Amino acid sequence: MMWKWLHPYANPEISYHFSGKILPWCARLAFIFLSIGITWALLFAPADYQQGDTFRIFYLHVPAAMLSMGIYLGMAIAALSSLVWQLKLADASVAAMAPIGATFTFIALVTGAAWGKPMWGTWWIWDARLTSELILLFLYLGVIALHNAFEDKALAGKAAGILALVGVINLPIIKYSVEWWNTLHQGATVSKLGKPSMSADMFWPFLICFIGFAFLVTALICLRFRTEVLNRNSMRPWVRELVADEEKAHAV
Amino acid sequence: MNPRRKKRLTIVTSIIIGLGVVAGLVLYALSQNIDLFYKPSEIYNGKEDTGLKAINGQRLRIGGLVVPGSVHRDPESLKVSFKLTDMKMPIAFSASDPTVTVSYDGILPDLFREGQGIVANGVLMNGNTIEASEVLAKHDENYMPKELADDMGEKHVKPDYSKAQLDSKT
Repeated sequence: MMWKWLHPYANPEISYHFSGKILPWCARLAFIFLSIGITWALLFAPADYQQGDTFRIFYLHVPAAMLSMGIYLGMAIAALSSLVWQLKLADASVAAMAPIGATFTFIALVTGAAWGKPMWGTWWIWDARLTSELILLFLYLGVIALHNAFEDKALAGKAAGILALVGVINLPIIKYSVEWWNTLHQGATVSKLGKPSMSADMFWPFLICFIGFAFLVTALICLRFRTEVLNRNSMRPWVRELVADEEKAHAV
Repeated sequence: MNPRRKKRLTIVTSIIIGLGVVAGLVLYALSQNIDLFYKPSEIYNGKEDTGLKAINGQRLRIGGLVVPGSVHRDPESLKVSFKLTDMKMPIAFSASDPTVTVSYDGILPDLFREGQGIVANGVLMNGNTIEASEVLAKHDENYMPKELADDMGEKHVKPDYSKAQLDSKT
Protein backbone atom coordinates (compact mmCIF):
# COMPACT_ATOMS: atom_id res chain seq x y z
CA MET A 1 0.00 0.00 0.00
CA MET A 2 1.74 3.11 -1.27
CA TRP A 3 -0.84 5.37 0.46
CA LYS A 4 -0.24 3.92 3.91
CA TRP A 5 1.69 6.98 5.12
CA LEU A 6 -1.45 9.06 4.54
CA HIS A 7 -3.67 6.98 6.79
CA PRO A 8 -2.85 8.69 10.12
CA TYR A 9 -4.06 12.00 8.64
CA ALA A 10 -7.59 10.60 8.31
CA ASN A 11 -7.71 10.99 12.09
CA PRO A 12 -9.25 14.40 12.91
CA GLU A 13 -7.02 14.99 15.92
CA ILE A 14 -3.79 14.41 13.99
CA SER A 15 -4.99 16.50 11.05
CA TYR A 16 -6.05 19.28 13.37
CA HIS A 17 -2.61 19.49 14.96
CA PHE A 18 -0.80 19.08 11.64
CA SER A 19 -2.72 21.95 9.99
CA GLY A 20 -2.11 24.00 13.14
CA LYS A 21 1.61 23.45 12.68
CA ILE A 22 1.80 24.51 9.02
CA LEU A 23 -0.65 27.41 9.37
CA PRO A 24 1.74 29.98 10.94
CA TRP A 25 4.48 29.11 8.42
CA CYS A 26 2.16 29.59 5.47
CA ALA A 27 0.94 32.87 6.94
CA ARG A 28 4.52 34.12 7.41
CA LEU A 29 5.60 33.08 3.92
CA ALA A 30 2.46 34.66 2.46
CA PHE A 31 3.26 37.91 4.24
CA ILE A 32 6.88 37.93 3.04
CA PHE A 33 6.12 36.98 -0.57
CA LEU A 34 3.14 39.30 -0.88
CA SER A 35 4.89 42.33 0.58
CA ILE A 36 7.86 41.85 -1.76
CA GLY A 37 5.73 40.86 -4.75
CA ILE A 38 3.14 43.62 -4.50
CA THR A 39 5.71 46.36 -3.84
CA TRP A 40 7.72 45.14 -6.82
CA ALA A 41 4.64 44.83 -9.03
CA LEU A 42 3.12 48.19 -8.19
CA LEU A 43 6.22 50.37 -7.88
CA PHE A 44 9.15 48.83 -9.76
CA ALA A 45 7.85 46.62 -12.55
CA PRO A 46 7.83 48.49 -15.87
CA ALA A 47 4.51 49.79 -17.19
CA ASP A 48 3.11 48.18 -20.34
CA TYR A 49 3.78 50.02 -23.62
CA GLN A 50 0.09 49.99 -24.57
CA GLN A 51 -1.83 49.86 -21.33
CA GLY A 52 0.49 51.89 -19.13
CA ASP A 53 0.02 51.51 -15.39
CA THR A 54 -3.44 49.97 -15.80
CA PHE A 55 -1.67 46.74 -16.66
CA ARG A 56 -0.57 46.37 -13.01
CA ILE A 57 -3.98 44.95 -12.09
CA PHE A 58 -2.62 41.85 -13.87
CA TYR A 59 -0.68 41.04 -10.67
CA LEU A 60 -3.92 40.65 -8.74
CA HIS A 61 -6.29 39.49 -11.47
CA VAL A 62 -4.23 36.59 -12.85
CA PRO A 63 -3.20 34.98 -9.51
CA ALA A 64 -6.81 35.28 -8.29
CA ALA A 65 -8.17 33.66 -11.44
CA MET A 66 -5.59 30.87 -11.43
CA LEU A 67 -6.16 30.16 -7.74
CA SER A 68 -9.94 30.21 -8.17
CA MET A 69 -9.49 27.25 -10.51
CA GLY A 70 -6.75 25.62 -8.43
CA ILE A 71 -8.86 25.70 -5.26
CA TYR A 72 -11.75 24.20 -7.20
CA LEU A 73 -9.54 21.33 -8.35
CA GLY A 74 -8.41 20.73 -4.76
CA MET A 75 -12.00 20.85 -3.57
CA ALA A 76 -13.08 18.34 -6.23
CA ILE A 77 -10.29 15.94 -5.28
CA ALA A 78 -11.42 16.18 -1.66
CA ALA A 79 -15.02 15.58 -2.76
CA LEU A 80 -13.93 12.50 -4.71
CA SER A 81 -12.15 11.01 -1.72
CA SER A 82 -15.14 11.81 0.44
CA LEU A 83 -17.53 10.02 -1.92
CA VAL A 84 -15.34 7.00 -2.67
CA TRP A 85 -13.41 6.44 0.57
CA GLN A 86 -16.01 8.17 2.76
CA LEU A 87 -13.49 10.24 4.64
CA LYS A 88 -15.30 12.58 6.98
CA LEU A 89 -12.31 14.91 7.01
CA ALA A 90 -12.53 15.33 3.25
CA ASP A 91 -16.04 16.75 3.71
CA ALA A 92 -14.65 19.19 6.25
CA SER A 93 -11.98 20.32 3.78
CA VAL A 94 -14.54 20.77 0.97
CA ALA A 95 -16.54 22.97 3.35
CA ALA A 96 -13.35 24.84 4.28
CA MET A 97 -12.25 25.47 0.68
CA ALA A 98 -15.53 26.54 -0.96
CA PRO A 99 -15.89 30.05 0.52
CA ILE A 100 -12.20 30.84 -0.14
CA GLY A 101 -12.52 29.69 -3.72
CA ALA A 102 -15.68 31.74 -4.13
CA THR A 103 -13.88 34.82 -2.79
CA PHE A 104 -10.99 34.42 -5.23
CA THR A 105 -13.40 33.88 -8.14
CA PHE A 106 -15.20 37.05 -7.09
CA ILE A 107 -11.88 38.95 -6.94
CA ALA A 108 -10.97 37.69 -10.42
CA LEU A 109 -14.33 38.81 -11.82
CA VAL A 110 -14.28 42.24 -10.16
CA THR A 111 -10.66 43.05 -11.04
CA GLY A 112 -11.37 41.81 -14.56
CA ALA A 113 -14.31 44.18 -14.87
CA ALA A 114 -12.26 47.07 -13.52
CA TRP A 115 -9.55 46.24 -16.05
CA GLY A 116 -11.97 45.67 -18.92
CA LYS A 117 -13.65 49.06 -18.67
CA PRO A 118 -10.60 51.21 -19.49
CA MET A 119 -8.90 48.73 -21.85
CA TRP A 120 -11.66 46.98 -23.79
CA GLY A 121 -14.28 49.67 -23.30
CA THR A 122 -16.77 47.55 -21.36
CA TRP A 123 -17.20 46.20 -17.82
CA TRP A 124 -18.69 42.93 -18.96
CA ILE A 125 -19.22 40.95 -22.11
CA TRP A 126 -20.86 37.53 -22.43
CA ASP A 127 -17.86 35.85 -24.03
CA ALA A 128 -16.90 32.27 -23.25
CA ARG A 129 -14.12 33.08 -20.73
CA LEU A 130 -16.07 35.55 -18.64
CA THR A 131 -19.25 33.48 -18.66
CA SER A 132 -17.51 30.24 -17.66
CA GLU A 133 -15.71 32.02 -14.81
CA LEU A 134 -19.08 33.37 -13.64
CA ILE A 135 -20.43 29.78 -13.71
CA LEU A 136 -17.47 28.80 -11.49
CA LEU A 137 -18.65 31.38 -8.94
CA PHE A 138 -22.16 29.90 -9.05
CA LEU A 139 -20.74 26.39 -8.58
CA TYR A 140 -18.89 27.55 -5.46
CA LEU A 141 -22.04 29.24 -4.17
CA GLY A 142 -23.99 26.03 -4.86
CA VAL A 143 -21.48 23.94 -2.89
CA ILE A 144 -21.65 26.39 0.03
CA ALA A 145 -25.46 26.41 -0.08
CA LEU A 146 -25.71 22.61 -0.16
CA HIS A 147 -23.33 22.31 2.78
CA ASN A 148 -25.69 24.48 4.80
CA ALA A 149 -28.94 23.07 3.44
CA PHE A 150 -28.98 19.85 5.49
CA GLU A 151 -28.98 19.30 9.22
CA ASP A 152 -27.17 16.01 8.72
CA LYS A 153 -23.51 16.81 7.95
CA ALA A 154 -22.87 13.50 6.16
CA LEU A 155 -25.82 14.02 3.81
CA ALA A 156 -24.82 17.65 3.21
CA GLY A 157 -21.26 16.56 2.44
CA LYS A 158 -22.49 14.00 -0.06
CA ALA A 159 -24.76 16.45 -1.90
CA ALA A 160 -22.14 19.19 -2.00
CA GLY A 161 -19.47 16.69 -3.03
CA ILE A 162 -21.48 15.51 -6.03
CA LEU A 163 -22.01 19.10 -7.19
CA ALA A 164 -18.31 19.88 -6.68
CA LEU A 165 -17.31 16.84 -8.74
CA VAL A 166 -19.72 17.50 -11.58
CA GLY A 167 -18.52 21.11 -11.73
CA VAL A 168 -15.00 19.93 -12.54
CA ILE A 169 -16.11 19.81 -16.19
CA ASN A 170 -16.13 23.60 -16.09
CA LEU A 171 -12.36 23.82 -15.38
CA PRO A 172 -11.07 22.80 -18.84
CA ILE A 173 -13.83 24.93 -20.36
CA ILE A 174 -12.52 28.01 -18.52
CA LYS A 175 -8.91 27.20 -19.36
CA TYR A 176 -9.44 26.54 -23.07
CA SER A 177 -12.39 28.88 -23.71
CA VAL A 178 -10.03 31.42 -25.27
CA GLU A 179 -8.70 28.81 -27.70
CA TRP A 180 -11.87 26.90 -28.59
CA TRP A 181 -14.02 29.94 -29.33
CA ASN A 182 -13.26 33.47 -30.31
CA THR A 183 -13.59 35.71 -27.29
CA LEU A 184 -12.86 39.29 -26.29
CA HIS A 185 -10.62 37.98 -23.51
CA GLN A 186 -7.05 37.40 -24.71
CA GLY A 187 -5.20 34.08 -24.60
CA ALA A 188 -2.94 32.79 -21.84
CA THR A 189 0.15 34.85 -20.95
CA VAL A 190 1.79 32.77 -18.21
CA SER A 191 -0.22 29.56 -17.73
CA LYS A 192 0.99 27.85 -20.86
CA LEU A 193 3.84 25.69 -22.00
CA GLY A 194 6.90 27.54 -23.15
CA LYS A 195 7.98 31.09 -22.51
CA PRO A 196 5.51 33.50 -20.89
CA SER A 197 4.39 36.29 -23.25
CA MET A 198 5.89 39.01 -21.13
CA SER A 199 9.38 40.26 -20.43
CA ALA A 200 11.31 38.84 -17.47
CA ASP A 201 11.14 42.05 -15.40
CA MET A 202 7.34 41.84 -15.61
CA PHE A 203 7.16 38.08 -15.04
CA TRP A 204 9.23 37.79 -11.83
CA PRO A 205 7.01 40.04 -9.71
CA PHE A 206 4.04 38.04 -11.01
CA LEU A 207 5.62 34.77 -9.90
CA ILE A 208 6.33 36.16 -6.42
CA CYS A 209 2.80 37.54 -6.10
CA PHE A 210 1.39 34.22 -7.24
CA ILE A 211 3.43 32.22 -4.69
CA GLY A 212 2.38 34.73 -2.02
CA PHE A 213 -1.30 34.35 -2.84
CA ALA A 214 -0.92 30.56 -2.94
CA PHE A 215 0.53 30.57 0.60
CA LEU A 216 -2.24 32.93 1.69
CA VAL A 217 -4.84 30.53 0.31
CA THR A 218 -3.18 27.58 2.07
CA ALA A 219 -3.12 29.48 5.37
CA LEU A 220 -6.79 30.48 5.03
CA ILE A 221 -7.80 26.93 4.16
CA CYS A 222 -5.90 25.57 7.21
CA LEU A 223 -7.63 28.11 9.40
CA ARG A 224 -11.11 27.25 8.15
CA PHE A 225 -10.35 23.54 8.13
CA ARG A 226 -9.39 23.62 11.82
CA THR A 227 -12.63 25.38 12.69
CA GLU A 228 -14.64 22.86 10.66
CA VAL A 229 -12.88 19.92 12.37
CA LEU A 230 -13.57 21.37 15.83
CA ASN A 231 -17.20 22.03 14.92
CA ARG A 232 -17.77 18.53 13.63
CA ASN A 233 -16.00 16.83 16.57
CA SER A 234 -17.17 19.05 19.41
CA MET A 235 -18.42 16.03 21.37
CA ARG A 236 -15.16 14.09 21.16
CA PRO A 237 -12.97 13.77 24.26
CA TRP A 238 -9.89 15.23 22.52
CA VAL A 239 -11.75 18.44 21.66
CA ARG A 240 -13.12 18.71 25.19
CA GLU A 241 -9.62 18.24 26.54
CA LEU A 242 -8.35 20.95 24.17
CA VAL A 243 -11.05 23.36 25.34
CA ALA A 244 -10.33 22.56 28.98
CA ASP A 245 -6.61 23.25 28.42
CA GLU A 246 -7.41 26.57 26.71
CA GLU A 247 -9.66 27.56 29.58
CA LYS A 248 -6.96 26.72 32.09
CA ALA A 249 -4.33 28.65 30.13
CA HIS A 250 -6.49 31.75 29.92
CA ALA A 251 -7.98 31.28 33.39
CA VAL A 252 -11.56 31.69 32.23
CA MET B 1 -9.05 -1.64 -2.80
CA ASN B 2 -12.13 -3.23 -1.28
CA PRO B 3 -15.04 -4.04 -3.63
CA ARG B 4 -17.45 -1.43 -2.22
CA ARG B 5 -14.95 1.38 -2.70
CA LYS B 6 -14.10 0.06 -6.13
CA LYS B 7 -17.79 0.11 -7.06
CA ARG B 8 -18.24 3.67 -5.79
CA LEU B 9 -15.14 4.79 -7.67
CA THR B 10 -16.44 3.22 -10.88
CA ILE B 11 -19.85 4.86 -10.47
CA VAL B 12 -18.38 8.29 -9.74
CA THR B 13 -15.87 8.18 -12.60
CA SER B 14 -18.43 6.93 -15.11
CA ILE B 15 -20.86 9.70 -14.11
CA ILE B 16 -18.14 12.31 -14.56
CA ILE B 17 -17.00 10.92 -17.89
CA GLY B 18 -20.64 10.70 -19.05
CA LEU B 19 -21.38 14.28 -18.06
CA GLY B 20 -18.11 15.40 -19.63
CA VAL B 21 -19.12 13.86 -22.95
CA VAL B 22 -22.58 15.45 -22.69
CA ALA B 23 -21.09 18.86 -21.91
CA GLY B 24 -18.64 18.45 -24.78
CA LEU B 25 -21.39 17.64 -27.27
CA VAL B 26 -23.59 20.50 -26.07
CA LEU B 27 -20.76 22.99 -26.34
CA TYR B 28 -19.83 21.66 -29.76
CA ALA B 29 -23.41 22.00 -30.96
CA LEU B 30 -23.62 25.51 -29.55
CA SER B 31 -20.20 26.63 -30.73
CA GLN B 32 -21.52 29.13 -33.24
CA ASN B 33 -23.59 30.73 -30.48
CA ILE B 34 -20.67 30.75 -28.05
CA ASP B 35 -18.37 32.40 -30.57
CA LEU B 36 -18.40 36.06 -29.70
CA PHE B 37 -17.92 37.40 -33.20
CA TYR B 38 -17.67 36.76 -36.92
CA LYS B 39 -14.29 36.98 -38.56
CA PRO B 40 -14.18 39.16 -41.70
CA SER B 41 -13.63 36.08 -43.90
CA GLU B 42 -16.72 34.48 -42.34
CA ILE B 43 -18.84 37.40 -43.54
CA TYR B 44 -17.99 36.31 -47.09
CA ASN B 45 -17.83 32.52 -46.71
CA GLY B 46 -20.13 31.83 -43.77
CA LYS B 47 -19.16 30.50 -40.30
CA GLU B 48 -16.23 28.09 -40.36
CA ASP B 49 -18.01 25.04 -38.89
CA THR B 50 -21.59 25.57 -40.08
CA GLY B 51 -21.23 27.61 -43.26
CA LEU B 52 -24.01 29.85 -41.95
CA LYS B 53 -23.86 33.30 -43.55
CA ALA B 54 -24.89 36.59 -42.01
CA ILE B 55 -27.58 38.47 -43.92
CA ASN B 56 -27.90 42.20 -44.58
CA GLY B 57 -29.58 44.00 -41.70
CA GLN B 58 -28.46 41.36 -39.19
CA ARG B 59 -27.03 42.61 -35.91
CA LEU B 60 -23.72 40.91 -35.25
CA ARG B 61 -20.28 41.28 -33.77
CA ILE B 62 -17.26 41.41 -36.01
CA GLY B 63 -13.73 40.83 -34.76
CA GLY B 64 -10.49 41.40 -36.57
CA LEU B 65 -7.35 43.45 -36.94
CA VAL B 66 -7.49 47.07 -38.09
CA VAL B 67 -5.83 47.19 -41.52
CA PRO B 68 -2.97 49.74 -41.50
CA GLY B 69 -3.74 52.81 -43.58
CA SER B 70 -7.47 52.12 -43.69
CA VAL B 71 -8.53 54.41 -40.81
CA HIS B 72 -10.40 57.50 -42.00
CA ARG B 73 -11.50 60.01 -39.43
CA ASP B 74 -13.78 62.95 -40.11
CA PRO B 75 -11.94 66.07 -38.85
CA GLU B 76 -15.24 67.74 -37.84
CA SER B 77 -17.00 64.90 -36.02
CA LEU B 78 -16.44 61.58 -34.28
CA LYS B 79 -17.29 59.62 -37.43
CA VAL B 80 -14.63 57.09 -38.26
CA SER B 81 -14.34 54.19 -40.66
CA PHE B 82 -11.74 51.46 -40.89
CA LYS B 83 -11.22 48.07 -42.44
CA LEU B 84 -10.88 44.82 -40.47
CA THR B 85 -9.15 41.65 -41.58
CA ASP B 86 -8.85 38.21 -39.93
CA MET B 87 -6.69 37.94 -36.82
CA LYS B 88 -3.76 35.68 -37.30
CA MET B 89 -0.48 34.99 -35.59
CA PRO B 90 2.05 36.28 -36.37
CA ILE B 91 0.37 39.49 -37.44
CA ALA B 92 0.69 40.04 -41.20
CA PHE B 93 -1.36 41.93 -43.74
CA SER B 94 -1.69 41.27 -47.45
CA ALA B 95 -3.84 42.99 -50.06
CA SER B 96 -5.63 39.75 -50.93
CA ASP B 97 -7.05 39.26 -47.39
CA PRO B 98 -10.85 39.66 -47.22
CA THR B 99 -11.73 42.87 -45.40
CA VAL B 100 -14.89 44.32 -43.91
CA THR B 101 -15.44 48.04 -43.49
CA VAL B 102 -16.65 49.28 -40.11
CA SER B 103 -18.13 52.74 -39.75
CA TYR B 104 -18.68 54.15 -36.30
CA ASP B 105 -19.76 57.41 -34.74
CA GLY B 106 -18.29 57.60 -31.26
CA ILE B 107 -15.15 57.67 -29.15
CA LEU B 108 -12.75 54.84 -29.87
CA PRO B 109 -11.16 52.88 -26.99
CA ASP B 110 -7.68 54.02 -25.91
CA LEU B 111 -6.08 50.88 -27.32
CA PHE B 112 -7.39 51.55 -30.82
CA ARG B 113 -4.63 51.73 -33.43
CA GLU B 114 -3.69 50.25 -36.78
CA GLY B 115 -2.97 46.55 -36.41
CA GLN B 116 -4.96 46.33 -33.15
CA GLY B 117 -7.57 43.62 -32.53
CA ILE B 118 -11.05 45.12 -32.46
CA VAL B 119 -14.50 43.71 -31.75
CA ALA B 120 -17.35 45.85 -33.10
CA ASN B 121 -21.06 45.36 -32.52
CA GLY B 122 -23.33 46.59 -35.31
CA VAL B 123 -25.58 45.95 -38.27
CA LEU B 124 -24.36 44.38 -41.51
CA MET B 125 -25.03 46.54 -44.61
CA ASN B 126 -24.35 45.87 -48.31
CA GLY B 127 -22.74 42.53 -47.59
CA ASN B 128 -19.46 43.90 -46.29
CA THR B 129 -20.01 47.04 -44.24
CA ILE B 130 -20.85 47.18 -40.54
CA GLU B 131 -22.62 50.19 -39.04
CA ALA B 132 -21.18 49.81 -35.55
CA SER B 133 -22.84 51.03 -32.38
CA GLU B 134 -20.01 49.85 -30.13
CA VAL B 135 -16.29 49.34 -30.71
CA LEU B 136 -14.26 47.35 -28.16
CA ALA B 137 -10.51 46.79 -28.15
CA LYS B 138 -9.24 43.22 -27.91
CA HIS B 139 -5.70 43.30 -26.65
CA ASP B 140 -3.36 40.35 -27.08
CA GLU B 141 -1.62 38.32 -24.40
CA ASN B 142 1.73 40.07 -24.86
CA TYR B 143 2.92 42.62 -22.38
CA MET B 144 6.16 44.54 -22.68
CA PRO B 145 7.84 47.56 -21.17
CA LYS B 146 7.74 50.79 -23.16
CA GLU B 147 11.48 50.80 -23.90
CA LEU B 148 11.35 47.33 -25.41
CA ALA B 149 8.29 48.25 -27.48
CA ASP B 150 10.03 51.40 -28.74
CA ASP B 151 13.03 49.31 -29.80
CA MET B 152 10.72 47.03 -31.74
CA GLY B 153 8.98 49.98 -33.36
CA GLU B 154 5.71 49.20 -31.54
CA LYS B 155 5.09 52.66 -30.21
CA HIS B 156 1.52 53.20 -29.07
CA VAL B 157 -0.31 56.53 -29.40
CA LYS B 158 -3.83 56.91 -28.05
CA PRO B 159 -6.45 58.26 -30.44
CA ASP B 160 -6.58 61.99 -29.96
CA TYR B 161 -9.68 64.19 -30.30
CA SER B 162 -9.94 67.90 -31.03
CA LYS B 163 -12.48 70.05 -29.25
CA ALA B 164 -14.54 70.46 -32.42
CA GLN B 165 -14.79 66.70 -32.81
CA LEU B 166 -15.90 66.16 -29.23
CA ASP B 167 -18.42 69.04 -29.40
CA SER B 168 -20.04 67.59 -32.51
CA LYS B 169 -21.44 64.71 -30.48
CA THR B 170 -23.38 66.80 -27.94
